[in-house]
Amino acid sequence: MSQSTKTVNQRAWFMVIPVIICVAFSAVLPLMTVVNYSVQDIISPERRVFVGTEWFVSVMRDSELHAALFRQFIFSFSVLLIEIPIGILLALSLPAKGWRASACLVIIALSLLIPWNVVGTIWQIFGRSDIGLLGALLKSAGVNYNYTGNSLDAWLTVLVMDVWHWTPLVGLLGYAGLQSIPDVYYQAARIDGASKFAIFRYIQLPKMRGVLMIAVLLRFMDSFMIYTEPFVLTGGGPGNATTFLSQYLTQKAVGQFDLGPAAAFSLIYFLIILLFCFVLYNWMQIVGKSSVKEQNHE
Amino acid sequence: MNEKRFQKRSIFLLVYIIFSLLPIYWMINMSFKTNEEILSQFSFFPQNFTFANYLTIFTDESWYSGYINSMIYVAINVLISITVALPAAYAFSRYTFLGDKHLFFWLLTNRMTPPAVFLLPFFELYSTVGLMDTHIAVALAHLLFNVPLAVWILEGFMSGIPKEIDETAYIDGYSFPQFFVNIFLPLIKAGIGVTAFFCFMFSWVELLLARTLTSVNAKPIVATMTRTVSASGMDWATLAAAGVLTIVPGAIVIWFVRNYIAKGFAMGRV
Repeated sequence: MSQSTKTVNQRAWFMVIPVIICVAFSAVLPLMTVVNYSVQDIISPERRVFVGTEWFVSVMRDSELHAALFRQFIFSFSVLLIEIPIGILLALSLPAKGWRASACLVIIALSLLIPWNVVGTIWQIFGRSDIGLLGALLKSAGVNYNYTGNSLDAWLTVLVMDVWHWTPLVGLLGYAGLQSIPDVYYQAARIDGASKFAIFRYIQLPKMRGVLMIAVLLRFMDSFMIYTEPFVLTGGGPGNATTFLSQYLTQKAVGQFDLGPAAAFSLIYFLIILLFCFVLYNWMQIVGKSSVKEQNHE
Repeated sequence: MNEKRFQKRSIFLLVYIIFSLLPIYWMINMSFKTNEEILSQFSFFPQNFTFANYLTIFTDESWYSGYINSMIYVAINVLISITVALPAAYAFSRYTFLGDKHLFFWLLTNRMTPPAVFLLPFFELYSTVGLMDTHIAVALAHLLFNVPLAVWILEGFMSGIPKEIDETAYIDGYSFPQFFVNIFLPLIKAGIGVTAFFCFMFSWVELLLARTLTSVNAKPIVATMTRTVSASGMDWATLAAAGVLTIVPGAIVIWFVRNYIAKGFAMGRV
């Protein structure tokens, strides 16, 4: 949200009401249910006992949860570190116009439109050393690659799969930001004799800031709740190597049907994401402001 | 210098496209093979080219109805998302009001919530109101992440339109609804296209909620596909063919959106 030239208008609330109703129905009501579960021991639908914070305490001391959380952080940060730079590079290297630009966009966006379980399946096939291209190639290159047996291989496969799957989102958003830069800017830069890097740093990057912020947030949030793809690809194994938070939660909620602990865990999970996104959101706002200042000084 | 740079970028793009297409190519390759061939020999092109897998999907109602169901709930979802998000995004991009920043951030938190958390509550909620196994149930459930996303993207596009345009229109005697429909919407139609694309995308690929909230009448294709796992071994070939077919509607949609993205935000050009 740009801050400067907005008028104060409390009636704007009326325009926001439809959104609030929609989201309240699909988010607030279920979230309240989860809160309700988290403080009760549900033995059967008719028999419930209020247990206070007991579930929260037991969940917080769960060492498996700590391990899953740690894996999740490593994974999410790896995803951001790889996908954001590649995405920016991708946005910059896409042709600006013409049929080639259209063709590239369509090809690149393809992986985004594949249902998540199919993504898992594709890589499951692709990585197998008997029937998959990647597995067979690595095998013939002499690499002892086996994503079902080796934890590191499994983890790397999930990471590469995620990069393959989601980098185009960053690229597309960045590209949309680039397209909004008027030619005049480039002409002015050329007259000033600005280097390619200067153009990137002072024209393209600031203009992409908004969309990149969306991209970073989206990628962080989505990688933090990754479930379907690793579930299909590795089933969380070998051992617990690729069991991320959502998978651990689903195991608890559906597998063992521990509603109380699962609900308590959900709330903690939600709060962690909330915290990180809040920090990230504010940090990017600050970065944005300081870059605007820099520009004004020059 | 310029030439070199250009080439470097082209090479990067080419490498990326190959990386991006290889797994898909492999799936397409497999969809034209028989199961026996997939498991017995390794080849870059099908040796015994067959359409049998696609025929299975097009003739078996339990397969093709999955595609129809998915398209229905995705369309409903996109329509609702954009309709409710348009005025809200306009409010966020033009006005300051009490609690606007908090509200904006709150919307975002709903996109962050892992769907796994809401599985059970959704199930109970929709059972209570009698919406289970309908297209509307899935469409409504997917609003959870699509409405915030739509507001976000649209707000970004709208902020790019100078405020002077609104003011000029009011001076010219346009009422707000007239201005919004006749002037503002055409200006951000690129944004609407991109938003529709993203809403479509996230609704189309979601599995967990869509599978939980449906059983027979509105069963989506992503859920239908999971049944190949339980059969005697994996039915790789049919699964690959179904996978290829799930990409087709998306590929068509992105082909339309490509122009909107390419046209850009129309910022600075107005």
